Amino acid sequence: MKITFDWLKDHLKISAKEERLLEKLTDIGLEVEGVENLSEGLDLFKVAKILKTEKHPNADRLKVCDVDVGEKEIKKVVCGATNAREGLITVYAPPGAIIPKNKTKLVIAKIRDVTSYGMLCSESELNLSDESDGITELSSSKYNKSIGKSFFTEFSSNLIDLSITPNRPDCLGVRGIARDLAASGFGKLKQAKEQKIRSKKAQTVKVKIINEKNQGCFSFGSCLVTNVKNAESPKWLKDKLISIGQKPISAIVDVTNYVMLDINRPLHAYDADKIEKEIVVRNSKSGEKFTALDNKNYKLEDDMCVISDDKGVLGLGGIIGGTRSGTEMNTKNVLIESAYFDPRSIRKTAKKLNIDTDAKFRFERGIDQLSIEEGLNKAAFLIKEICGGEISKIDIQKINTFKNQIIKFDPNSFEKVTGFKISKKNMLKILENLGFKCKKDKKVFKLTIPSWRPDISQEIDVVEELVRIVGYDKINIQEPVKERKKPTLTQSQKLFHFLQRAVASKGYLEAITWSFTDAKYNDHFKGQNKELKILNPISSELGVLRNSIFSNLIMYMSKNIDRGIKDLSIFEIGPTFYGKKPGEQNIVVCGLAAGKKSRLSWLEKERNVDVFDIKRDVVQTLVEAGYDLEKFFIDDKTPDYYHPGKSGRLFLNRGKESVAAYFGEIHPNILKQIDMKTVSLLGFEIFLDNLKLPKKLLKDQKTKYSVSDYQKSERDFAFIVDKKINVQDLVNVIANVDKNLISNIKVFDVYEGENIPENQKSIAISVTIQSQEKTLKEADLDKINKSIIETVENKTGAKIRS
Amino acid sequence: MSDIKNIRDQFVSKLKDELSLEEINTIKTELFGKNGQISSVFKTVGSIPETDRKNFAADLNKIKDELHSLITKKIKENETKEINQKLEKEKVDITLPERPFVRGKIHPVSQTIDEISSIFSEIGFSVEEGPDVENEYNNFTALNTPDNHPARDMHDTFYLDENKEVLLRTHTSPVQIRTMVKDKPPFKIIAPGRTYRSDSDQTHAPMFHQVEGLHIDKNINMGHLKGCLNYFIKEFFEVEKIKMRFRPSHFPFTEPSAEVDIGYEIKDGKIIIGEGDQWLEILGCGMVHPNVLKNVKVDPNKYQGYAFGIGIDRLAMLKYGINDLRSFFECDYRWLNHFGFDPLDVPTNYRGLSR
Repeated sequence: MKITFDWLKDHLKISAKEERLLEKLTDIGLEVEGVENLSEGLDLFKVAKILKTEKHPNADRLKVCDVDVGEKEIKKVVCGATNAREGLITVYAPPGAIIPKNKTKLVIAKIRDVTSYGMLCSESELNLSDESDGITELSSSKYNKSIGKSFFTEFSSNLIDLSITPNRPDCLGVRGIARDLAASGFGKLKQAKEQKIRSKKAQTVKVKIINEKNQGCFSFGSCLVTNVKNAESPKWLKDKLISIGQKPISAIVDVTNYVMLDINRPLHAYDADKIEKEIVVRNSKSGEKFTALDNKNYKLEDDMCVISDDKGVLGLGGIIGGTRSGTEMNTKNVLIESAYFDPRSIRKTAKKLNIDTDAKFRFERGIDQLSIEEGLNKAAFLIKEICGGEISKIDIQKINTFKNQIIKFDPNSFEKVTGFKISKKNMLKILENLGFKCKKDKKVFKLTIPSWRPDISQEIDVVEELVRIVGYDKINIQEPVKERKKPTLTQSQKLFHFLQRAVASKGYLEAITWSFTDAKYNDHFKGQNKELKILNPISSELGVLRNSIFSNLIMYMSKNIDRGIKDLSIFEIGPTFYGKKPGEQNIVVCGLAAGKKSRLSWLEKERNVDVFDIKRDVVQTLVEAGYDLEKFFIDDKTPDYYHPGKSGRLFLNRGKESVAAYFGEIHPNILKQIDMKTVSLLGFEIFLDNLKLPKKLLKDQKTKYSVSDYQKSERDFAFIVDKKINVQDLVNVIANVDKNLISNIKVFDVYEGENIPENQKSIAISVTIQSQEKTLKEADLDKINKSIIETVENKTGAKIRS
Repeated sequence: MSDIKNIRDQFVSKLKDELSLEEINTIKTELFGKNGQISSVFKTVGSIPETDRKNFAADLNKIKDELHSLITKKIKENETKEINQKLEKEKVDITLPERPFVRGKIHPVSQTIDEISSIFSEIGFSVEEGPDVENEYNNFTALNTPDNHPARDMHDTFYLDENKEVLLRTHTSPVQIRTMVKDKPPFKIIAPGRTYRSDSDQTHAPMFHQVEGLHIDKNINMGHLKGCLNYFIKEFFEVEKIKMRFRPSHFPFTEPSAEVDIGYEIKDGKIIIGEGDQWLEILGCGMVHPNVLKNVKVDPNKYQGYAFGIGIDRLAMLKYGINDLRSFFECDYRWLNHFGFDPLDVPTNYRGLSR
């Protein structure tokens, strides 16, 4: 909502400065979003006299004028106006001036090789009128002595842009704002001088509201002004509209706009002669069409509130009028409409048709139901004043009678909510100034809510009114108490934070990417999931909810690689989605590592990042988070976006209940398809929701401390096994030979090739043997040695390498 | 006696010279070898008259020990010297770079969430969460924003179905609803998380982060709200004093509602929080609307309290001098590296929020 201090003064007796006004507006909840000085730079426009005109050497239609702007130097200005002539007094704008109409800034310009210093302005360019044919002609008798003086002498007051919250339709009119200010002690609200229509002339256009289901119009007031002569609005009216950035059109239109802006009473003006027989307010039928004043054609659906006549739809009630019945400069008879439309109906229709107008904006927030007559009175008299004609009686049709709401208000509720006290007397004064009618009823107030405040319906709303006007700065600070009755984080929240920092500590940069992604990328990573489309995405590249974090992460990894960063690890911890129902989401830690290790190192040979790097990151992270490495179980069944031979799936134990993590090389085909340029790309996903929370708290894990001080021995074995046998199984077999004595197993070599039969491999393992009870003798060691070899050979078909 | 004294003197003087390990070993043999001079003298001990024997043997042992320890010392000196000479040759250019290391970083939004949680933890708030996909009821209706309410326009909502029944939550406030439906009052929670609005330009991203706060008990009033936020902002920005302004506003789910501005000024192109005469809006809050309490079956005559919603990204931008909101989500290596935090920098109360 845009206002000026000057306009406010139409309703407010006040002597304070604008600065105070701005503070006060914000203090009472009418937030000042911006202040604009519309007349800034207008003093640059000078009254000037053309001394001489010559034809432009290179253009037939242009003239080069010598212009006296009251300075020593005569300015040369190129001008295309036919009325530019010697002796004409006009308005000159120098380089640097900003043309009010199109907001362009003038510069010294060469026009067909002749330099022009500034411009001579038409009335339209100065926003004085629509006259754009030729430059402004000023009367020489009046302006002869003003050459060189500023053309604009009155400067409008600043344009104040307010952000009005949706609960305050009353403040979408200047008077509503003035009322709030006055209630807060900023000035005094002037009594509205309402002139009432006392005509004997009948309103001859018949109006009928069809009382049907979903009827969006509750009442329809109208008044006919006959024999008018539509004209340009008088200066005061044009200035008023211009001062808040509106464009004057014609007296009739300007008057309806003015009444809307002044008292928040939207009106509509029809050319009465274009109405076919009578006005019927009814629900539309699907397929009906009309052309609206925004020059667009609308096709209506069922149950939209339309104003119609015998020929069809005239307009959408409370939203927009139609071109067929619009007023024009030659309009003779005007029908003014002042109606009440149901906010819900307005909103539904406007949303469906995607129309936004000033009237719609106001009606959907709720217009004062008792302002119908005031609007008609005000508009009819103004039209008559400017355009002449005769005013008819007011006609009001209604299907619904408005009654002011009455609520009970307990003055004690104020202190209960705000924590401080104000006197009942003060409460009553504020409420009365806001337009409430107050009656004391024993200990409570009986309040009649003003018709312009549809937002107030219960006690708490009244508390808000009071505390808002008294000032939020009066609320006393209650220092918070530093006590904690419940732990801040749950176990799983702690795990989230732990994993986040554990992964970062392995050299990964944490990224946060959108929860939605490009369907093209998502396709690669969605696995068994359904694609989850967003109905109204911001762009097609962000059209689906992500089934996996990889899609975004890989896209950004690719961008970073294009920036020239070759070796990089990034990760994100956040939601992935498997359905559209609330809660059908998982928390996943997802990481990517690209490039090489030890690139350009003087110490070490460089190598590509590989699957065992990423495996270490996953395993170490899980171990740090408190899971038992000994129990991990890994197999090679992974989703198809991983390299089928170089990826794994990790379970926290052999039970294989739910996958704790996937890790591995990203499938090379995907890299090819998305044109990613890297020597290697590894990824992992840890599924937080699949991780059973560690049963023991840290304090419980620490309590039992047992180590063996007996001598330990290491024995090395080399087994030749079938290639298909995996190391994990071999190690498990060994571990199970004697859990009490075998304390550690380490794989230190894997070899295939020369001296090893085809399809077999050699695995070298070091086994640490230690007893908790005694020092083992050679015979004990030999026994377990033998047992290891026998068991491995029996269970895996391996052969000990001699 | 004089014989052995001569031997002693002769060898003590010999051992004073600079000798190689080989030469020392030769001396050792000359003295203690099978036919070494000392060894030989020992052999004669038996032939010495009994009266002198004891003294002679004592003197001989003394000289033997002296020469022995001299030789051992000489050998040690030599070894040390040799090692030192060897080490001298092994000298490296210690200014060569160390083995490469990589540093991971925590995203500033995550760090900020941890800071916020840490601050509210001190005054007894616990952390709650809710899903990113919400139903229309929890996101709007239960929060006193019925369909066809113009306040819904303030939220450009992403919908997931034609009927507009499921959506991406536009704020973290539905967590209020979920928490209050699930448990019984009193409530004292914060709920940080992702939020979504179909809005995208320099200052708006289609996804951003909010933290919701809710404190419901028997006598919680606007003074407590003001105190809580005043405390939070001071702690968060790590300043002693903060200029703060509560300004009336409107949210359908709170009544009365307020927006909170903090004072700032621009000094040398940098924003200084807490002082100055400019105002910056940083959060919305208010007393939970009785309709909301009724919707979650909490008796508004018995319980009341406040709620607030803070833009986390905005706070991070202010605290850490980040200019562009969109850069948070663009995953530029250079940006993450610059604005990210070391994973060991866990914000805590005892150690302080930031270093």
